[in-house]
Amino acid sequence: MKEYEFLEHTADIKFRAYGKSLENVFSNAALAFGSILIKPEKVESNEEKIIKVNGNDEKSLLYNFLEELLFLFDTEGFLLNNIENMKIESKDKVFFLKAKAKGDFTKNKKYELETEPKAVTYNEMEVKKEKSNYIIQVVIDI
Amino acid sequence: MDIELKKINDFVWEIPKSGPMKVPAVVYSSEKLLKVIKKDQTLEQLRNVACLKGIQNKAYAMPDAHQGYGFPIGGVAAFDMDEGIISPGGVGFDINCGVKMLTTQFYLEQIKPKIKQLINEIFNNVPVGVGRKSDLYLERKEFNEMLENGLKWALSKGYCTKDDMKRTEEEGCIEYADPSKISERAYSRGKSQLCTLGAGNHFIEIQKVDEIYDVDTAKKFGIEKENQICFTVHCGSRGFGHQIASDYIKKMESEYGFENLPDRQLINAPIKSKLGQDYLKAMSAAANFGFVNRQIIAHRIRKAFEKVFGIENPQEKIRMLYGICHNIAKIEEHIIDGKTKNLCVHRKGATRSFGPGRKEIPEVYRDTGQPVLIPGTMGTASYILVGTKKAEEMSFGSSAHGAGRVMSRNQAKREFRAEEIQSKLKQEKDIELKGASFKGIAEESPGAYKDIDEVIKVTKEAGLAKPVARVVPVAVIKG
Repeated sequence: MKEYEFLEHTADIKFRAYGKSLENVFSNAALAFGSILIKPEKVESNEEKIIKVNGNDEKSLLYNFLEELLFLFDTEGFLLNNIENMKIESKDKVFFLKAKAKGDFTKNKKYELETEPKAVTYNEMEVKKEKSNYIIQVVIDI
Repeated sequence: MDIELKKINDFVWEIPKSGPMKVPAVVYSSEKLLKVIKKDQTLEQLRNVACLKGIQNKAYAMPDAHQGYGFPIGGVAAFDMDEGIISPGGVGFDINCGVKMLTTQFYLEQIKPKIKQLINEIFNNVPVGVGRKSDLYLERKEFNEMLENGLKWALSKGYCTKDDMKRTEEEGCIEYADPSKISERAYSRGKSQLCTLGAGNHFIEIQKVDEIYDVDTAKKFGIEKENQICFTVHCGSRGFGHQIASDYIKKMESEYGFENLPDRQLINAPIKSKLGQDYLKAMSAAANFGFVNRQIIAHRIRKAFEKVFGIENPQEKIRMLYGICHNIAKIEEHIIDGKTKNLCVHRKGATRSFGPGRKEIPEVYRDTGQPVLIPGTMGTASYILVGTKKAEEMSFGSSAHGAGRVMSRNQAKREFRAEEIQSKLKQEKDIELKGASFKGIAEESPGAYKDIDEVIKVTKEAGLAKPVARVVPVAVIKG
C-alpha cells in the first residue's frame, strides 16, 4: 500500500496519505508533509523531537500535528526522516497525539530544499476510514 | 450545486441573491476568464461569502479570481461594524502580502552592462529561498516596537525615508497593531524572518518601462520615458503572519464553532467581540511586519544600486512609487444607502484602488488617485494603474492584484523545465533570472498563470482602475 501521493491543485499542494490504523495514516501524512520540503530518505536521522499535540476532533488533531512540524522547521530548521512510536488517544472528547519525529537540522548539513509550506489548511481536508484503510487528505498553502 | 450567473455586461456578471445569501455577488470578468473560473470553486466560495452576517452591498470577485480558503482569492467583502464579522479567511494566511515599487533615474542602456553584478549584489544581501533566515535579529522589545510602529520604526532605524513612508498604503503603519495579541509561537517564527523574501510566488524584479498610456499621471508617479528602470518587491509577513492567521482560526473555532458555516474556512468572529478585536489588532501587527519587510528589502536593493553604479544620493535617484497591500482587512469609510459608514473591508488577493479625493491617499497623489500596482509573473508584463472614483461604488475601491493561476504546481513542474524557462527568458526576452531553486522557477513559469493582459483589460473596462504604464522584466530574483 502506498504511504502517500500528491494530487493536482491549482495554487497549492494537495496530498493523500494511507494507513492501516489512525496512527499509521497520521505518520504517513507527516512524511508526505515533510517531503514537500525534502524527500524524507534524503534526511539524516540523528536528531529527534518529541511531538505532543491535541485537538477537539481528528481534523483539528491532524492540523495541529502538521503545523507543529511546520513550526519546528521554521524555528529550528528541523527536517523529517521518519515518525516513530506514534500514539493517538481520545479522552473526554479531546484527542491526544504523541510521537517521536526523527530527522536532522538544516544547520548540520547542506540540504537542498524544494518548496516552502506556508500553512496547513482545512480546505478539502479528510480523515476517514474506507473498509479497513484509513485515508487522510490535506491541502497545504505554499 | 449549480451557480446561476447573470450577465450584466461584457465585464460584469452577477450571482443573484438566493437561499442563504444575504446579498448578491458580483464577478468582474470576461467570457475568456470565466471559462477558467468555472473550473474551480471560485463561484461557490463567492456565494458562501455572500452568506456571512453583516455583509454590505455585495460580495465581489476581481478579474484575477481563483479558488482560495473560504474566501476566493481576488475576493472583496465589507461588513458593518456593529452587526458584521471579521474573518481570517478573508485576509489570507500571508497577512499583508503586497507589492512595493520604486522608480529610478536610470535607463536600460546604463544598467545592462552591469546587470549580472546588480543581481548578485541583491542576491547576496537579501535572503531568498526556502528556510533562509534573516541576518537581522531583533530582541523581543524591539520586535514589538517594530510591530507597533511599522515604517515609523523603519524610519528611526534608517531603513526608510519620510518620502518612502508617505508613499505607502497606511504610511506603512496600521494604528490598531497591538503586539500583546501575538502568540509566542508567532514571535518564534517571525523573529528570524524580517528582511527575507521567502519562496513560492514572491520575487524581486528589475523592470524597464515598456509603454506609457497616461503621460501626465505617469509623470506624477515618477515614470518619465520608455526604458526607464524600476523595481518591484513582492512578499508578505512570512511565517509570522501565517502563524497569527492559524492561531486566530483556532481561537475562533473554539469560541464560536463552525457547524453553522457553509465552509469551515469561513470561520469568523463578530467585529465588536473581544476575539474579533484581538484578531484585528494581531492582524494589524502582522501587516506592519509586512510593510517593514518590503521596505527593508527595497532599502537593500537601493544600496545594491548605490554600490554597483557608484551613485551618491540614492534616495534622490531611486524614489518610492507606492507600496500596496493585497491581503488585508481594514476599517474604511464607505457610502451605504447615501450614508457614510465605517466598514470592515476584507481584500484577499485584491488591491485597494481609491480614486481622487480620498483622504487615505498620500497628498502628492490626492488629485490623481492612488497608484495600483498589479504584477504579472516572471517573463510577463506588470502594470501600474490609477484608482478611480467609480471603483468605490463598484467594489469598495478594490481591483485585481495579479494574474491568477490556471495550472497546478505539479502540472507546471511537469510541463515546464526550469533550465528551459531560464534560457527561453534570456533568448526570447533578454531577461536575466536568478532563482534559489530550479523547482521554484518551473512552478512559477508564466504558462501557469492567467493572461495578465486580459486581467488588466477587464480591470480597465469594468472601471476598477485605469492603466497608466506597463513595465516588463529585465531581471528576476526568486526564492
